[in-house]
Amino acid sequence: MLSFLTHWIKSALLEVQEYVRLQAQTVRGVFSRPFYFHDVVEQFDAIGIGSLTVVLLTGFFTGAVLALQSGVTLDQFGARPFVGRLVSASMIKELGPVLTGLMLAGRIGSGIAAELGSMVVTDQINALRALGTDPVRKLVVPRVLAGFFMAPVLTVISDSVGILGGWLIAVYQLRVASSLYWTSITDALYVQDAWMGIIKPFILGYVIVTIGCFVGLRTTGGTQGVGRATTNAVVAASVAVIAVDFFVTRLLFTLLY
Amino acid sequence: MPAYAIRDAEALERRSSPDRPAVVFTNVSLAFDEKAVLRDVSFSLLPGHTKIILGASGSGKSTILKLILGLLKPDGGEIWVHGTRVDHISEAEMMKVRSHLGMVFQEGALFDSLTVAENVGYKLYEETDMPLEDVRRRVEEVLGFVRLSEHIDKMPSELSGGQRRRVAIARAMAFKPPTLLYDEATTGLDPITATTIDEEVVKLRDVENVSSIVVTHQLRDAFFVATHEAVRQGTNIEITPADSKKCDEAEFIMLKDGLITFEGNAAELRASTDPYIRTFLS
Repeated sequence: MLSFLTHWIKSALLEVQEYVRLQAQTVRGVFSRPFYFHDVVEQFDAIGIGSLTVVLLTGFFTGAVLALQSGVTLDQFGARPFVGRLVSASMIKELGPVLTGLMLAGRIGSGIAAELGSMVVTDQINALRALGTDPVRKLVVPRVLAGFFMAPVLTVISDSVGILGGWLIAVYQLRVASSLYWTSITDALYVQDAWMGIIKPFILGYVIVTIGCFVGLRTTGGTQGVGRATTNAVVAASVAVIAVDFFVTRLLFTLLY
Repeated sequence: MPAYAIRDAEALERRSSPDRPAVVFTNVSLAFDEKAVLRDVSFSLLPGHTKIILGASGSGKSTILKLILGLLKPDGGEIWVHGTRVDHISEAEMMKVRSHLGMVFQEGALFDSLTVAENVGYKLYEETDMPLEDVRRRVEEVLGFVRLSEHIDKMPSELSGGQRRRVAIARAMAFKPPTLLYDEATTGLDPITATTIDEEVVKLRDVENVSSIVVTHQLRDAFFVATHEAVRQGTNIEITPADSKKCDEAEFIMLKDGLITFEGNAAELRASTDPYIRTFLS
């Protein structure tokens, strides 16, 4: 039992060490040459534009259902006109970043792990190294940059369509005046809320992509291993999104409010 | 014997053979966990010569190639590649050494998302300042050499197994490395396609003076490479049975449980009375 525990702790520490090492190599790759600009542009397109549909749909329906649910609850206190406050505060501070993060974990985390995992098991990563290319610079750096910068953009889009979805429900179902909805949105928001809503996705985007890359590059065991790596990447990235969101929120409350 | 047009005149004139061995292994050992993969392995590869590494699956053949490329580090011993000791150098330093080495991986390891042209010219496109027109010209040259010119704009998934291996050879030779490593380049191919791969190996060695390490367990291919040579006939290249001097330049290594159990030429291998070798050859 003790030896099993020792082995498990050693393995876990090794994984953490390798994850930290990958991050160090990635940061070094961002600030030194060679820099594969073409791949960076390609990944901005794949991660940013490619995730737009899923983020738009998720954001819109989340905002709409939020207005619908909160409208019923607020009615009990005769506070239906304040539905905009609830939608905007929830979307911008919490639901926008987290749901966008979860969608990216599903779409980007799995895609990256599967792609890099396939490259590992078919020797393409070794072929890259044999041809004089550092796989971290060529494959990881562009994806991390794209995840880091596109997650906030996608979150802002998700927040916007969420508020729009809430407006549709508020106006056409809850019969709240349109001007009242928009006024209550701005009334409820503080600058700190906007900061929180924009800082979190940077960190979540970085975490999702680095986990996808790390799991993908450590794939073993052929095609079965690729499937396992994909599942592991999605699970790890999804849990990380929720956990990191909590800790970052806690930190930002201390720093901003 | 088939005849081929010479496409790479520039390559024919390059690289006089220096005396320095291309690859030297001295008492190299490697173990994964408790299992010894290589034990005190020593050999050297002279420029323009061929080493054919034979052995059963799991005997450490491919590991030797990975050690030469610096994809793995040995536990002990020394590895020299073109005058640089590579067993203890950093990944950044190893990148420079790799410019002397081309590798043909098992199954080709072509990049799925790139076309044949982009695969073949990958190193020239990505890691050199060569103008794009020159890269394209070089890509056309090497694809002509392996007789796949018409497939230049296809994706790897559109090619047959044999064609993918030949593209892999073209990719490995595109930047004119003086040493090429072949990891089971003919495994899983039919005999006719395998012969075309063998002929490419012979052509590169004899026409371009490329040193070769061929890892295989296909005896037929191993003996073909060892006992044939490419000869220029005007503007064509012919594959003919090699003379005894040429045969001596192709040396076999037999690995068993990480140890070298035989080292010698094709005739000596055939004449060996070692029970394991006899079983392997039968």
